[in-house]
Amino acid sequence: MDALIIETVVKAIVVLLVISALAGFGTYLERKVLAFMQRRLGPMHVGPFGLLQILADGIKLFTKEDIVPQHANRLIFMVAPAITAATAFIALAAIPLFPEFTIFGYTIRPIIADLNVGILFVLGAMASGLYGPLLAGMAQANKWGIIGSARTAILFLSYEVVTGLSILAPIMIVGSLSLIDFNNAQAGGVSDWMVWKQPVAFVLFLIAGFAETNRTPFDLLEHEAEVISGYATEYSGMRWGMFFIGEYANMITVAFLASLVFFGGFNPIGFIPGFLAIILKVSFFFFLMLWVRASWPHVRPDQLMWLCWKVLMPIAILNILITGIVLL
Amino acid sequence: MGIQPLLQNFPAITQEVYHESFYVVGSHELFSVVRFVRDRLHYRLLLDIVGVDYWEYVDKRPTRFALIYHFRHEDFVQTLTLKVYIENEKQGVESIASLYKAANWLEREVYDQFGIHFVNHPMLKRILNHNEFVGHPLRRDYEITKGQYCTQTQDLMDELLPCIDSKGLDIQEDNLMVLNLGPSHPASHGTIRTLVALDGEQIKAAVSEIGYLHRGFEKSCENHTYNQIVPYTDRLNYCSAIMNNIAFVKAIEDIYKIHIPDRGVFIRVIVSELSRAIDHLVCLAAGLLDMGAQTNYWYLFNPRNNAYDFLSRLTGARLTNSYMRVGGVAHDLHLGWEKELEAVLREIEKGVDESLRMTQTNRIFQDRTYGISPVSAHDALSYGYTGPNLRASGVAYDLRFDKPYDYYDTFDFELVVGSQGDTYDRLMVRFYEIKESLKIIRQAIKKIPSGAISIERHDITLPPKRAVYQSIEGVMNQFKLIFDGLHVPKGEYYSAYEAANGELGFTTISDGSGKPYRIKVRPPSFLHMQSYPQIIQEYQVGDAILTLGSLNIIAGEMDR
Repeated sequence: MDALIIETVVKAIVVLLVISALAGFGTYLERKVLAFMQRRLGPMHVGPFGLLQILADGIKLFTKEDIVPQHANRLIFMVAPAITAATAFIALAAIPLFPEFTIFGYTIRPIIADLNVGILFVLGAMASGLYGPLLAGMAQANKWGIIGSARTAILFLSYEVVTGLSILAPIMIVGSLSLIDFNNAQAGGVSDWMVWKQPVAFVLFLIAGFAETNRTPFDLLEHEAEVISGYATEYSGMRWGMFFIGEYANMITVAFLASLVFFGGFNPIGFIPGFLAIILKVSFFFFLMLWVRASWPHVRPDQLMWLCWKVLMPIAILNILITGIVLL
Repeated sequence: MGIQPLLQNFPAITQEVYHESFYVVGSHELFSVVRFVRDRLHYRLLLDIVGVDYWEYVDKRPTRFALIYHFRHEDFVQTLTLKVYIENEKQGVESIASLYKAANWLEREVYDQFGIHFVNHPMLKRILNHNEFVGHPLRRDYEITKGQYCTQTQDLMDELLPCIDSKGLDIQEDNLMVLNLGPSHPASHGTIRTLVALDGEQIKAAVSEIGYLHRGFEKSCENHTYNQIVPYTDRLNYCSAIMNNIAFVKAIEDIYKIHIPDRGVFIRVIVSELSRAIDHLVCLAAGLLDMGAQTNYWYLFNPRNNAYDFLSRLTGARLTNSYMRVGGVAHDLHLGWEKELEAVLREIEKGVDESLRMTQTNRIFQDRTYGISPVSAHDALSYGYTGPNLRASGVAYDLRFDKPYDYYDTFDFELVVGSQGDTYDRLMVRFYEIKESLKIIRQAIKKIPSGAISIERHDITLPPKRAVYQSIEGVMNQFKLIFDGLHVPKGEYYSAYEAANGELGFTTISDGSGKPYRIKVRPPSFLHMQSYPQIIQEYQVGDAILTLGSLNIIAGEMDR
């Protein structure tokens, strides 16, 4: 029992550190990839190829003065960024990151908590993460923050239904909510991937995933040209940084979910071992998010609602219906 | 149809002695004359209202203050100028804001600068100067050195509340949120303040405050010689500085009735079309960036940078070039310019094509821009729209076609016209105008003759340096031109030029001395901005930002 607790704590710390670092590295990658697509260089001055830019950004964020506006609700204002960051990492707890491996004769399963309702837990934790922007926007006594909060509510109301419904069809096929079961159900190689059985569900999930992570074309919450910084208008320093660590952690989570549910998880592909396979898949989805950001403008809040409720949700329900009939 | 019917119906109208096509109207019958001019003579476009203070003028005039109204006929070729002498500036004249929507802000500006009252004006208050400002700066007895410190911000509720009331709404009952979009909003493109009343994200009522960049351009002009004004004009529309240079020096050359040598004309055509392309690139890049379509920004801004590199080699400056002089061009093109320019043109073409591919048929882009803040052709004319914004509304008016100057009639290019006047049209008109500008430049490169670039007239252009250094006449000539300036013939003139944003007009009043007595700019952005708070109502905040970007409001020329 003690061993389990220690093992879990160690795993939690490792995941926390690695994903935080990856989130930081994600900002660097995003800037570099976007720069590459936009015919410019991106960060170049700090370190070779600007690699130390993350470090510089980190130092800057940590050493900035922590400003709380005078009329803000102090407690909520200070807690809100932690909610975003914490829930993003909590969501990762139920995600099997890699296949099992053995180290010093000790078998490690790289999942912090193998819940039998894994998907539900992940989606639930990510959804509660939106309390961060919602509370942050309302607590800061700034009109732009309030607009940002309102947009958060719109975003949440829009995509959440679609995410749930789109992933329901694969759940019906697998018959389990555990992500490990999902992974094992697709162990038979590329032809066994869920995406061939449920292409519609995959597209719906991907679209909803972009909304969930607040990425272009659905980056409504803090689009500078329209609402200054939305919910983050009054934030600075590390409190601001925590929102972004949360956002990038969410991107990684969604990329993992998409790979696990639809793209065969961490099963080996031919000669590619399992852990490398999932890294490649996650990287691809991460890259896809940047690619989309470089290509498209973003939508208006009402257009997002229209899209989710009038287009995606009917398709998702039809998809479930057809899946159900076929399964019968 | 000439203006004979006008003279028959209003026998009191006389010709201004100082200018053959200015007609003097009595201040009491101004309103009925303007209504006649609009409805019966079809002068649909109110170009400008110019206030003049004759206090120090060399000749005796009937009254101290006068107003000059410029109209353009719906065939876009004829212009009509009415002049009103104001007997009593406190009583003023009747406002024509109910006839032309453009008149609202134009009259406010005259009131602000000269203190001339307008009867029945809907909201007669200061517009360019600060609300705490005392006095009227363009009156001749206001000293140019007299600065004033103004600190209090106005809350604009005096304008917003009537606007909300007119919609039958109430701030408390309907839960409207009053919000400042600007003056330093990331997407306010310069410092422009718009106060909106929001229901959710929908704009229910809006008013704008401008003047944050007002720097007294017109007052400065009255205190400088004509060639000293050229660098000031750079700062009007700083995205296409050279076009302002040309517009101004052309206005002065028109007074002299001189034509510069062909090589000079072609240089002007080339650099002005390049500036037009740059201006549109800036507008499109910023507008698309506001939409979140980031990549377009670099696709369009990188070629702009190359164009600026070319201009800096040619003129010595990137942004504010001051390349024109009255009577010609500052200096000739440099060696190897054709190749450099061709490379720049190719870059621009590539950027525009790529950006078009990424936007034109993109569903998100279309959804964001179709049907957003459309301006009908009728409204656009009434608001005094010109340039790409007017053409987007489906009105085919372009001075380069309607009143060709600088051999524009010999170039083969198309007039780009939209249909709906919405944000999509405003952006697309600019995209395709860039292509037409490139066409013109390519033809001009082929056709450009060799020879002189400036006229040689000792009372207008500087003598050659050899003469200045080696002869006493040359020194005297240079000295007189630099210190006294050009002695532009006495009179009152209006000259228009198709700048990147629309008709850029200069009303020049000269008293025969080396400095202009009065210069009034007709800035296209000022009139476009006037319509902005009206056309964004019932649309969302995100749409309003795009509308502002697509109107291409340049604070430098709007506020002067």
